[in-house]
Amino acid sequence: MSREPRRPSVAIWKFASCDGCQLTLLDCEDELLRVAELIDIAYFLEGSSATSDGPFDLSIVEGSISTAEDIERIQTVREKSAAVVTIGACATAGGIQALRNFGDVEELMRIVYATPDFLSVLDTVTPITDHIDVDFELRGCPIDKRQLLEVIGSYLAGRRPQIATDSVCIECKMAGQPCVLVAEGTPCLGPVTHGGCGALCPRFGRGCYGCFGPMDSARPEVLAPLLTTMGMPEDEQYRVFHTFNAWSEPFRDQPRPVPVTLSERSTS
Amino acid sequence: MTHKAGAGRLDTEALSRVEGEGGMHVRIVDGKVDDVKLRIFEPPRFYEGFLRGRAHTEPPDITARICGICPVAYQMSACAAIEDACGVEVGESIEELRRLLYCGEWIESHTLHVHLLHAPDFFGVDSAIELAALDRGAVERGLELKKIGNEVLEVIGGRAIHPVNVRIGGFYRAPARSTLQAFRPRLDRALELAVAATDWVAGLDFPDLDTEHELVCLVDGEHYPVLGRRLISDRGLDIDIAEFGDHIAETHVAHSTAKHAHLLDRGNYLVGPLARFSLARDRLGPVATAAADRAGLGAECRSPFQSIVVRAVEVVHACEEALRVIDGYQPPEPAAQPVPPRAGTGHGATEAPRGMLYHRYSIDGDGIISDADIIPPTSQNQPTIEHDLFHFVEANLDMPDDALRRAAEVTIRNHDPCISCATHFLDLTVDRGPEGES
Repeated sequence: MSREPRRPSVAIWKFASCDGCQLTLLDCEDELLRVAELIDIAYFLEGSSATSDGPFDLSIVEGSISTAEDIERIQTVREKSAAVVTIGACATAGGIQALRNFGDVEELMRIVYATPDFLSVLDTVTPITDHIDVDFELRGCPIDKRQLLEVIGSYLAGRRPQIATDSVCIECKMAGQPCVLVAEGTPCLGPVTHGGCGALCPRFGRGCYGCFGPMDSARPEVLAPLLTTMGMPEDEQYRVFHTFNAWSEPFRDQPRPVPVTLSERSTS
Repeated sequence: MTHKAGAGRLDTEALSRVEGEGGMHVRIVDGKVDDVKLRIFEPPRFYEGFLRGRAHTEPPDITARICGICPVAYQMSACAAIEDACGVEVGESIEELRRLLYCGEWIESHTLHVHLLHAPDFFGVDSAIELAALDRGAVERGLELKKIGNEVLEVIGGRAIHPVNVRIGGFYRAPARSTLQAFRPRLDRALELAVAATDWVAGLDFPDLDTEHELVCLVDGEHYPVLGRRLISDRGLDIDIAEFGDHIAETHVAHSTAKHAHLLDRGNYLVGPLARFSLARDRLGPVATAAADRAGLGAECRSPFQSIVVRAVEVVHACEEALRVIDGYQPPEPAAQPVPPRAGTGHGATEAPRGMLYHRYSIDGDGIISDADIIPPTSQNQPTIEHDLFHFVEANLDMPDDALRRAAEVTIRNHDPCISCATHFLDLTVDRGPEGES
């Protein structure tokens, strides 16, 4: 038998995150063993104790940059990798932990930890693309399994990933799902949110809460008056835009009603 | 080299096959273990801080993002605590649907740990992919079982990670009885796979190590613990979950961004599969009970290595329990009970796969959160894991460094620590004293 060609090497990296997006790889139960035959999973701490120093053909990055060490580590990942793909809202938009960018990190540290001096964190939480060149960003909190397989497959085949950039609205129409916003008066971020989930929330009678982040050229300021008409107060609108993709434009710029923070409420 | 007579250090920079980022540090002086630290350097995300000022409807979605492995646990504990604050009790049909959703997460999370994270240790390989080269059938069985766990989460919750269908008071949409009946054959298959998996792990070799710590879990009526408001231990603890803060304290230590929890005046304790099994074995379903008997498990199990068997037994139970719920299922009407805000403080806890997860929220009359406290199972287990690690390394100082490091990592992995949870966890360094000092 002739020697098999060299399998492409893939590394999976974690920064500040919940582990859910890299878990998505282990959730590919039908494909996992076959994928592992086609590629060399060279660095994947959640899945294997065997680790390689690289270089890697493809690095998949989960999580956002929140410490000085992270900044150095992500540079090393870039240097060792032919291609870098980020997965999930933390890596592409900062994730929910980027909420600290809107407040005072020292106050948050005091609220959560008795001895904040033990901690060493940056004032802001930022997406990977703020620090290195990224070849492709996959959206979602969490990412979608089929989309992850498409991204890995495309890089192995040497082509761009075929990932639609339509809104959740379009996915609803394609699924024949009646519009919860129009038909039921349920506030929904579908018109401004990047698709990929398959219009999941509307299928459960719930308005989209924006976990895939803003679609390209989203205009939340046009949606906002409609949300108000549906009975969603401005402070609630602010919160729904400022959750899992709070640091990504234009969700970041949604106007902030006052009072919104607790200290403002107690003094108003 | 070994360090029976000497001094040195043994470090693992980054632990593998655990969820999140951490390592281990062990320092050995004069042939004795001087210090053991489970180092947690997962960066903190300050959830409890930014929950302040959010609405009381938000914690199920927000806190799910603490952990991608057990989001349902966060959703369920958040709902329990907020409903408690608002004085709302949901009916039995909503509780039953919550149990069914939770069964999916137990099947998925436990099967992930049993087959993909823990089993490779018993075969001396680095990953499930290498294990598949030795026993492909076992790994394929695990993957099939895990997939069915995820399907339960998808049917009830919409997706396996961060389900969308949970809200305080219940669900956005209750599945039709026919939908769950149509899914029943998948759970019959899961039950068959889970029993085979239990018989497989029961045949592994287990080193001797019994944990002597107090075992703590919830009481869930006549059910094996999943939900519930009473917290008990094998040493007489018996409290309402609202009294949690009077009995359990959290401390912040320099080597960990996860806070440590301990029982006041009593010390370390252990939550999770060993505690639930030892305190509630008699509430397992009949197939799980038979599987536990066949695996040779006694009235209790205190062996962290054998936790792989207990997890497998709990998966059998989760399959039986899911079938039970489906057979008696009547869709809750409405799918969610209204939970109007009311100023006050609420406490809630549920049994995550890794153990009891506690949430506390204070909200004002408009439902805005003024204070939040979340104590995950790994924070509660971390002092106990360090204690076990200390005694294991001390008893095995004659092992060569590499073997000792691997074995010590296993003593940590036995507890299925979730570092993402605990930091909102781990680095093994063994320091054998002066010549190892840097």
